[in-house]
Amino acid sequence: MTTANDWPLYEVFIRARGGLDHKHVGSLHAADARMALEHARDVYTRRLEGISIWVVKSSEIVASDPADADAFFEPARDKVYRHPTFYDIPDEVKTL
Amino acid sequence: MDIAALETRFQARIDADERIEPKDWMPDAYRRALIRQMSQHAHSEIVGMLPEGNWITRAPSLERKAILIAKVQDEGGHGAYLYGATETLGVTREALIGELLTGAAKYSSIFNYPTPTWADVGAIGWLVDGAAIMNQIPLCRCSYGPYARAMVRICKEESFHQRQGFDIMLTLARGTDAQRRMAQESLDRWWWPALMMFGPPDADSKHSAQSMRWKVKRFSNDELRRRFIEFTVPQAEFLGLVVPQGTIDWSEFESVLKGNGPCNRERLEARRRAHDAGRWVREAALAYAAKPRPVRQEATG
Amino acid sequence: MSALSEHEPHVAYVLRLADSNLVLAQRLGEWVGHAPALEEDLALANIALDLLGQARLLLTHAGVLEGKGRDEDALAFLREEREFLNVALVEQPNGDFGDTIARQFLHDAWQVELYGRLAASRDAQLAAIATKALRESTYHLRFSAGWMVRLGDGTDESHRRVEESLGRLWPCTLELCEADDLDRAMLALGIGVDLAAVRAGWDRRVNDTLTEATLTRPADRPWRWFGKRGVHGEHLGRLLAEMQSLHRAHPGAQW
Repeated sequence: MTTANDWPLYEVFIRARGGLDHKHVGSLHAADARMALEHARDVYTRRLEGISIWVVKSSEIVASDPADADAFFEPARDKVYRHPTFYDIPDEVKTL
Repeated sequence: MDIAALETRFQARIDADERIEPKDWMPDAYRRALIRQMSQHAHSEIVGMLPEGNWITRAPSLERKAILIAKVQDEGGHGAYLYGATETLGVTREALIGELLTGAAKYSSIFNYPTPTWADVGAIGWLVDGAAIMNQIPLCRCSYGPYARAMVRICKEESFHQRQGFDIMLTLARGTDAQRRMAQESLDRWWWPALMMFGPPDADSKHSAQSMRWKVKRFSNDELRRRFIEFTVPQAEFLGLVVPQGTIDWSEFESVLKGNGPCNRERLEARRRAHDAGRWVREAALAYAAKPRPVRQEATG
Repeated sequence: MSALSEHEPHVAYVLRLADSNLVLAQRLGEWVGHAPALEEDLALANIALDLLGQARLLLTHAGVLEGKGRDEDALAFLREEREFLNVALVEQPNGDFGDTIARQFLHDAWQVELYGRLAASRDAQLAAIATKALRESTYHLRFSAGWMVRLGDGTDESHRRVEESLGRLWPCTLELCEADDLDRAMLALGIGVDLAAVRAGWDRRVNDTLTEATLTRPADRPWRWFGKRGVHGEHLGRLLAEMQSLHRAHPGAQW
């Protein structure tokens, strides 16, 4: 079975409503960007799921490696002073 | 880290109900089992378009025609979600479809039964989609993230399918004598194949135990089948239809699965024909995309 | 005498629009499950659903105007071939994907021009349907024109195939924008549209896309189809026989 005529894979991101971020919903195949947008509309918004679509070729996505997760994300763990709950404010002080 | 340690850590993550994502380390056997199950599931959606698609041009009212087109289209959408989720495991859709077309891959044997009457569209929605929902709801919590997310989307859409099927059966059951007969005969034909959709009895199910350990499967075949019967029998009574008595003929199941069902040949031929007839179209689109030209600007935002 | 004489002209005018949508939706429905790619299957089904939706609104409206109690199903399933007033273009068989795309494109370019003007019809219900339908047709045209360009400017094979499709379908396009007595009467009443203006818009859209697709516009040939007067070729009868078979087999049944 030939794989030569397979259309490239695109990832699809949809904004469900104004005010929300685009969210990854899945992937599809399309020969070009215009077709990818149209396919995204037909495959992922048949029930009013979105008001805006982004498509990007899957091969263009740069992703972090789970093997690097410790080095990437652990260093943020002990920076507790970044969070507002770190600070004890007396009850009498309002709107802070 | 050696394989044994990786496997131990992997199983610990599963046991802790963590989700496995595409780039995470996973045992080859887990990857292979998922590819097999998910692609079979995707193939079933695509082949499943055919028996009901058989009635699109003859739907007896324009409203039923619209509902049926939307429903069959949804099956195609479900196939697309599932192929997409399977591709995250490092296989291409083209390769998976190749396996379907050569007969190497399996799909749900229910779609190898014919739809000679309009009532079959009702019975498929009510019984086949009903059984599918029963199988699929637990998959929304399965351990592989992309599969679970695709299933959430699918299950949301699937309940419309079951309801429209029941609605057809209800209309027929309350209709003329000929319509009632059509409905009963259809139930008679689809009942056993629908029960077979849950897979062989637990004692003979070769993939079940490992799938349970991996939380790809959460209930046994027999347990789901029993629950389906429990839900469906009262629905049939409401319709005034008689559920067939007897036991499942597992030799029929084996035979249909091996390619000897009434419509195996037609279903695969239809898929092959569409694939072959579409080749020049897919090639044209690729050739067009490969030609240098100013980029069409699409708005984003 | 044509079948038209049996209809009040306003009803016939709405039926022309309704039937063209219904018959094209029926044709596109034949594709479901058989398209060249999974995503194209979904795309064709979406267009079929839009056209079927438009047909239902228009048939219902025609039934109300007629005042004989015929609903959408009575009009769709219980009329004879001769009473169907769709343009001949839409009854042409699906053929290959190129035939289907060419048919769709020629139709969509026409429908966009038509609906854009019908939105100002003095028939308020028709204007409302046209306003809704215009949004759908605008998308259909985007889809079909995109494919015309891909096929025309794709491979040698796709270029040859779609050029042949265009040539085969071209004679059916003449009636789209050629006004007959009914069209003129409806225009005079402010219900219908000026087909000369539709023609100008259609020409521009077709020429632009064909140029981008590196396709040659076929020459107009003398044979004229008159589907919209109920005079059809050999294909519509079979299409209707299939579509109406179950409904007609159970007279009076509810579905």
